[in-house]
Amino acid sequence: MSDILVYALHYDGAFNRNSLGAVSEGARLAQALGGQAHAVVVGDSATDELCAQLGHYGAARVYRVPGPEGLAQPVVDAMAQLVSAHGFAYALFGGGLLGFEIGAGLAARLGAGVAMEVTAVTVKDGRLVAERPILGDSAISLVTFASELGIVIGRLNAFEIAAPDGQDAPVEEVTVAFSEFSTRARMVRRGEQRGEDVDIESADVLIAGGRGLGKAESFELCTALANAFGPGSAVAATRAAVDAGWYPYAAQIGQTGKTVSPKLYLAAGISGAIQHKVGMQASENIVAINKDANAPIFEFADLGIVGDLNKILPKLTAALQARREG
Amino acid sequence: MKICVLVKAVPDVSVRKRIDPGTGRLDRSGERTLNPYDTHAIEAAMAIREGGVVEVSEVVAVTMGPEGAVRELHKAVSLGVDRSLHLCDAGLAGSDVAATGYALAQALRREQPDLVLLGQQSDDGECYTVGAIVADHLAMPSLTQVVKLDVAAPASSGEPAVIRCERQAEYGYDTVEVALPAVVSVGDAINEPRYPSLKAIMGAKKKPLETFAMSDLGIDPSRVGADGSAARWTGSMEPPRKAAGTIIEDEDTDATVAAIVAWLDERKLI
Repeated sequence: MSDILVYALHYDGAFNRNSLGAVSEGARLAQALGGQAHAVVVGDSATDELCAQLGHYGAARVYRVPGPEGLAQPVVDAMAQLVSAHGFAYALFGGGLLGFEIGAGLAARLGAGVAMEVTAVTVKDGRLVAERPILGDSAISLVTFASELGIVIGRLNAFEIAAPDGQDAPVEEVTVAFSEFSTRARMVRRGEQRGEDVDIESADVLIAGGRGLGKAESFELCTALANAFGPGSAVAATRAAVDAGWYPYAAQIGQTGKTVSPKLYLAAGISGAIQHKVGMQASENIVAINKDANAPIFEFADLGIVGDLNKILPKLTAALQARREG
Repeated sequence: MKICVLVKAVPDVSVRKRIDPGTGRLDRSGERTLNPYDTHAIEAAMAIREGGVVEVSEVVAVTMGPEGAVRELHKAVSLGVDRSLHLCDAGLAGSDVAATGYALAQALRREQPDLVLLGQQSDDGECYTVGAIVADHLAMPSLTQVVKLDVAAPASSGEPAVIRCERQAEYGYDTVEVALPAVVSVGDAINEPRYPSLKAIMGAKKKPLETFAMSDLGIDPSRVGADGSAARWTGSMEPPRKAAGTIIEDEDTDATVAAIVAWLDERKLI
């Protein structure tokens, strides 16, 4: 048996892009293993029409499980039941909040090995080998599985989405007996958007602010600099800044936010954690300003300035303004 | 209500990130410290205790690690934890995250907590996963990456307390309510950890600290350690390296800004 079970997250009538990447990757790997990729969708709002679309990305079959949405443990119940019934060799996740939670819970439930933050998967001797960066991405561990089931949780954007072929997958409704503890959590509100809806994905120049700004008001330094760059520039934020309520969620870069690749990404007061890096590392030019010379962002910035952003940003803004006016 | 906080020793970031001048690589050796995310979990426990909505009988720090991990337990105690439990056994060395979660769950079984708190990630690697593994072994609800946690008093005595948690998902913020017991991992936005007082630091070594071996906690040796771990490290490779960027130490800000403008100009970014 060399089939792969892929979890697909849906929200508001559409699949999340990471999930489409995971289904695409699952199909590619299953083909190399001589098996099939099946997908599982959990939630009362998922329709057969929606689930069938996963076939466009290579899923040979889709299991639609009615149940609560946005919570990991009901999905663990569903996947454990499907693995027991069908005998999948691997479970694959595209990353993101639920991917990590479900993959980990499933590992505990089935005594399976798990590799997380995986950036690539290869096939060797009929088995999957997961590439897992460690120590701040300074080395990559190669991980295989000694258990009957191997669990691979991808890093954000690790898996490329295949060109859809329009081939619907057969959808099978599966009833799952959820465990008592899986259903004790209750979703009160899902997908709350905090702050205004701002567009950062079409900008050529992004001025991003992080915890190092120190307070919400300091985002004005970023806004002023973005204005000095002129049209096509916008302000973005890290999760720490958004969680602190300093800037809208819609402008957030990284693991649970947006993925961007502008011509210029200027990071102010951002340490450069992996969760942030995965959302912006494809930027053409990266400039970082941070007072901590040890900040990881200096390891992948094209231009790094070790200094006080409160001194540098206003002067840089003034210099750009002078150029535009001159 | 009894709270257990899972803590972990990690390499100290402030001394870790140095370039070895001989090899040009990062020097990862050096001091170890309490995982910064875990200090947020301890602070969350203190906030519940001091919030007064429910009575917290005890806050217990639990760690798994070599003998030196006692230092991190002392740090946890200095931050307000009442006592600590140290799972220390040579047989645990080389455990993967699934095996580690199993062993920690066995330690927690002994304590029977109403709430288990931990940091959402550790500075040295394993991301987001230990909480969910521990929860499944304990058959408790689990939420990770929580940035706001409020406790509601039970509707009547004998009923479990309910916690309301907020966290960011890929599509916005979710708010979830859970009746205890539960396992919750917290993000660093949840609070600002306090600094320990000198008195607390001095007194930390006097607080109860128990050390347990695997056999004390009923840990199955075949499910832990390198041999008991299902994820197998079969090798390493070098990541694709990006050419090192230019670094400027800002001494004269006018000169620094001129250098930035020139750099941007050269790349036609302005």
